[in-house]
Amino acid sequence: MSYFGNIAKGIKTLLTGMSVTGNYFLHSRKGAITQQYPDNRETLKMFDRFRGEVVMPHDENNEHTCTGCQKCEIACPNGSIEIIWDRQLDPETGKKKKMIDKHIYHLGMCTMCGLCIEACPTDAILWAQNFENSVYDRSYLTKVLNKPGSKVKAGIED
Amino acid sequence: METTTITNNFKSEEYFINMGPQHPATHGVLRLLLTIDGEIIKKVEPDLGYIHRSIEKMCERDSYQQIVHLTDRMDYLSSHINNEAVCLAVENALEIDIPERVKVIRTIIGELTRIASHTLWWGVMGMDVGALTTYFLGFRDRELINDIFEETCGARLTMNYNIPGGLMYDIHPNFIKRVKDFIAHFKTKLPEYDKLLTGNVIFQKRMKGVGILTKEDAISFGASGPVGRGSGYSCDVRKHHAYSALDKVNFKEALRTEGDSLARYEVRVQEMWESMSIIEQLIDNIPEGDYKVATNAVIKLPKGEFYQKVEAARGELGVYIVSTGTKNPYRLKFRSPGFSNLSLLNHIAVGGKIGDLVASMATLDIVVPDIDR
Repeated sequence: MSYFGNIAKGIKTLLTGMSVTGNYFLHSRKGAITQQYPDNRETLKMFDRFRGEVVMPHDENNEHTCTGCQKCEIACPNGSIEIIWDRQLDPETGKKKKMIDKHIYHLGMCTMCGLCIEACPTDAILWAQNFENSVYDRSYLTKVLNKPGSKVKAGIED
Repeated sequence: METTTITNNFKSEEYFINMGPQHPATHGVLRLLLTIDGEIIKKVEPDLGYIHRSIEKMCERDSYQQIVHLTDRMDYLSSHINNEAVCLAVENALEIDIPERVKVIRTIIGELTRIASHTLWWGVMGMDVGALTTYFLGFRDRELINDIFEETCGARLTMNYNIPGGLMYDIHPNFIKRVKDFIAHFKTKLPEYDKLLTGNVIFQKRMKGVGILTKEDAISFGASGPVGRGSGYSCDVRKHHAYSALDKVNFKEALRTEGDSLARYEVRVQEMWESMSIIEQLIDNIPEGDYKVATNAVIKLPKGEFYQKVEAARGELGVYIVSTGTKNPYRLKFRSPGFSNLSLLNHIAVGGKIGDLVASMATLDIVVPDIDR
């Protein structure tokens, strides 16, 4: 191979590569996957299974389905869930029943492994798709999941 | 007029320089202590431990279900395969039969993970040797796989989709269609990779004959994965010790004999084609059935030692469990591919230039959390 032949061959391979980039330059919007993220907040829809944070859904009577069985607390690998519970008198049966006082969730420690939600027998905790979790102080990331004054739905047993 | 004579009596002196821990070409916090003479490398000494998180010790604290999510954080680019390794080890120890559906889904997602890992490697490797466009093309195609993972597993990177006994959820209804769309898309894009980079004269000059590793050295250093196969060492765990549904599929083991950086590059590009062929063979006939079998809430392994190896995107990942019959392992050791692949860096880089070191490191495809654990 001659010296000039080598140069010509080298330039040809460069032009082959340039044809790919040139094609993208001319069709810059074709097949683009860019998300216009802060601008598309209203229309942005995350997938149903996306793991954003753990929430406890409450119905219109301010009732949840958490019985305080602590299975999520045991399943959690790094202690992100703490349950403070007490035995309170159930007005219907007149017996003492285990009820949660506070379901504390440390979002700052959570690794989003999903073991707590798999472990829950009454589907009291679920994944929410909210992912904008930046705050100015990390103490804001410690959340109490049950709302004040809420109580367990009647008929839920673990 | 007075003349000065320039005497050439400067001695060449070796000197010491740090590469990393914050160097962009080391892909993470890896510090290399280089002893160089001008541009010629005399010695490379990797310094590890910057992101050591004592994952193996934490495994001794956790139950077998909880261990799985820690393996996401080792080699984060092949997290599904890491999870699968732990789950297979636990399932083999418990001697439980896994439904065919689970095996097929695990294999499909594992191969998707491999493609995602190799596209990311292709992008950053091109950027290391000076081709910026590859970065954008590689990440564009990986994004589509990440969307598939997000829809089915719930997370894009640290998926934690496997549990001992099966999968956490069944696959999403859109999964099969999305995977087929991706394969059709990627089949048109992978030839573009070759067109852009493989034939490029600058890239060829940077890669050919750089960082040569012979087959004997590859075996004695414990190289595995594409690094070993680039030197002609047939070491594909999927071929030799098939696990999950890999015994049902036909695929070729990518092998090259040159042992240089270009050979390792070609092995990975061919592996992307082979992974696509594996997915195509399985995606149309996912058997019906359960997506998990019930295990005890507290898994206790029988007393003994258990070993399971799988082919992660970077090579052979081994999980070695010593159990005393309790709910935690007595000792859990991961044999990670990155650690043994890094150990041969000094061998292949000595005598080359600093630019060649970057090229050979890029084709070793090092992920630092996998090395440090």
